[in-house]
Amino acid sequence: MANHKDQAIESRTIAVLVDNEPGVLARVIGLFSGRGYNIESLTVTEIDPRQRFSRITIVTSGTPQILEQIKAQLDRLVPVHRVSDLSLDGPSVERELALVKVAGTGEKRVESLRIADIFRARVVDSSHDHFVFEMTGKSEKLDVFIDLMQPLGLVDVSRTGVVAISRGPQGL
Amino acid sequence: MSAEQKSGAEMLIRALKDQGVDVIFGYPGGAVLPIYDALFQQNDIQHILVRQEGGAVHAAEGYARSTGKVGVVLVTSGPGATNAVTGLTDALMDSIPIVCLTGQVPTHLIGNDAFQEADTTGITRPCTKHNYLVKAVADLPRTVHEAFYVARSGRPGPVVIDLPKDVVQAKTDHYIGPEEVKHRSYRPQTKAEDSKIAEAVEMIAKAKRPIVYAGGGVINAGPKASELLTRFVRQLGVPCTNTLMGLGAYPGSDPQFLGMLGMHGTYEANLAMYNCDVMINIGARFDDRVTGRLDEFSPRSKKIHVDIDASSINKNVMVDLAIVGDAGSVLEDMLAAWNARKLQLDQKALKAWWQKIDEWRACDCLKFEQKGQEIKPQHAIKRLYELTRDRSPFITTEVGQHQMWAAQYFKFEKPNHWMTSGGLGTMGYGMPAAMGVQRAHPDALVIDVAGEASILMNIQELSCIAQYNLPVKVFIVNNQWMGMVRQWQELLHGGRYSESYTASLPDFVKLAESFHAVGIRCEKADELDDKIMEMIETPRPVVFDCAVTKDENCFPMIPSGAAHYEMLLGPDDKAGKPISEEGMVLV
Repeated sequence: MANHKDQAIESRTIAVLVDNEPGVLARVIGLFSGRGYNIESLTVTEIDPRQRFSRITIVTSGTPQILEQIKAQLDRLVPVHRVSDLSLDGPSVERELALVKVAGTGEKRVESLRIADIFRARVVDSSHDHFVFEMTGKSEKLDVFIDLMQPLGLVDVSRTGVVAISRGPQGL
Repeated sequence: MSAEQKSGAEMLIRALKDQGVDVIFGYPGGAVLPIYDALFQQNDIQHILVRQEGGAVHAAEGYARSTGKVGVVLVTSGPGATNAVTGLTDALMDSIPIVCLTGQVPTHLIGNDAFQEADTTGITRPCTKHNYLVKAVADLPRTVHEAFYVARSGRPGPVVIDLPKDVVQAKTDHYIGPEEVKHRSYRPQTKAEDSKIAEAVEMIAKAKRPIVYAGGGVINAGPKASELLTRFVRQLGVPCTNTLMGLGAYPGSDPQFLGMLGMHGTYEANLAMYNCDVMINIGARFDDRVTGRLDEFSPRSKKIHVDIDASSINKNVMVDLAIVGDAGSVLEDMLAAWNARKLQLDQKALKAWWQKIDEWRACDCLKFEQKGQEIKPQHAIKRLYELTRDRSPFITTEVGQHQMWAAQYFKFEKPNHWMTSGGLGTMGYGMPAAMGVQRAHPDALVIDVAGEASILMNIQELSCIAQYNLPVKVFIVNNQWMGMVRQWQELLHGGRYSESYTASLPDFVKLAESFHAVGIRCEKADELDDKIMEMIETPRPVVFDCAVTKDENCFPMIPSGAAHYEMLLGPDDKAGKPISEEGMVLV
């Protein structure tokens, strides 16, 4: 019998289908803070207004035993319909969107646009002395892009957090 | 269905009646006045007026635990709701079905810091199984039925319904009955998979040193589950131990019963847990009071864990076979599978196992010496048990040494007769709980085994007991100390008894009399039996103040952070076994 202290920390992406009712997000967040679990990223929005379903995507980390606990604890919340471990249950696609504001003029401004082009970021707002780039991709790619913008006049970053979906024809 | 317009409060009462509610424990206030007005105008549901909202929740818990029904609480907004929080947390920890109706300021004032406003759904979210804020009167009947369903199904627990005053005053003609409500998402699994049952019985059949470790889940699964547990254990001829919450799930005086396990459990139960090769956990949750040091907890056994709550499995202790399901349903399936396969345990091995257990039993870990006129607390509780056992009493407790002694010396033959705050350890639980039990069983003998410190935490409820003439017996084991605190200070903190002595205790006899109850004081061992009999035969509420040895410790004891085999059997055992630093940190 392994003690969970000896197990390695893993990162997981978990999708949770919930009723979009008042307090449901507080319930999920309260569960994580109350039991001392990590939240690395959390996104939520309604995905089916007719049936009032929302989908929460949580990136969390812990030992395999803790991760199993997290899923079981989520699953027993009353408004939760389904919990799926996207990292464990097969291949999945993960994406995140970032809006990145870079201010500057001259060579730095040109360089930021050049890098944005390499990263396939789109310009969604601009003036003579700033750009707002929109970029979608894996979180790591966003990290690299933001790092590269740092010396070029990075002013502001807004990120959505990870959304994810399983590959293949099956739904949640 | 009539199209007559009714107020939300009337709809609420109707929904409660349709849920079979016949009693509510509560306390009025501004936000719930319309509900109290509706209660006034009907006779089907009785309201028991407690003296503080905390008492209402414990009373409802006692009612629920002794009947298997959902206990109902009604309190006002703000302080009414916050006073209920301890009871709600208690019910959550011990899986007790409660529906708590809380008043709320009118919807247009929510968030404005109105008089007696509190964010009740926010405050109670982590201490309930689920909670609701009803914003429209049309949602009210459905919400009530959903709340009862959630409270009693799966792993039971408390549910709060927050009711803004304008919602209960608004009129509606919309009513739906319980049968029309189906929950959108919550459908707990009660039936286990056949393959898991098969795996379990095959694993048990190979056992040489099996043990059944059963908990409150068996009690919550209904009296039939306790019968099935008894049949299962007897047919296999295996030993059985119960948790504090599970006492009564298996007959206490049965020879196959090893007593309670855990921190203050019996030597034989804990050593059997340590040495077993197959552990069959039914409806228990490997609580830290049970396991002691985790890395030394039953290290050589295969473990089967049956629980209706999947999140209880592999939480503290990793098990070899997890079975999610209702304890009664799983026991029935396991018995059927065992019999269908005509399985047999290795009788020779089982006999050797029982011989070993009998050796541990022979150390008689609950022995104590009653000498002279000073009453030992163990003696007081043992005599209380022996003099009341024929009446099959309902026992509630407060929290502390007296609670552990009651758990050790009372033997419960049936479920639902033992009500104690197990998970949360709430001092002040026992007397209000006894009120709820007595309301549910008016003719039964209901005893709150108390300590003189705990009892003062909800002493105001003596007034409620008097009002409804509930003949509750409060048996105070009075050693003038917060005994368990004092014991830990003796064992862990060098005998520095910081704030654990209660000076200026009340005269409990006069106190009882001022609350229209009967007070009895007992100081001498040779008066004890007569006075206990006097208490039992008094058809009125009694406060029994039993003066006992002041510095008695509760043994056996597994010190915090120690393993099952490191049990202290008595006061002479503690020398030379210092408690580890890791253990000092634990509660």
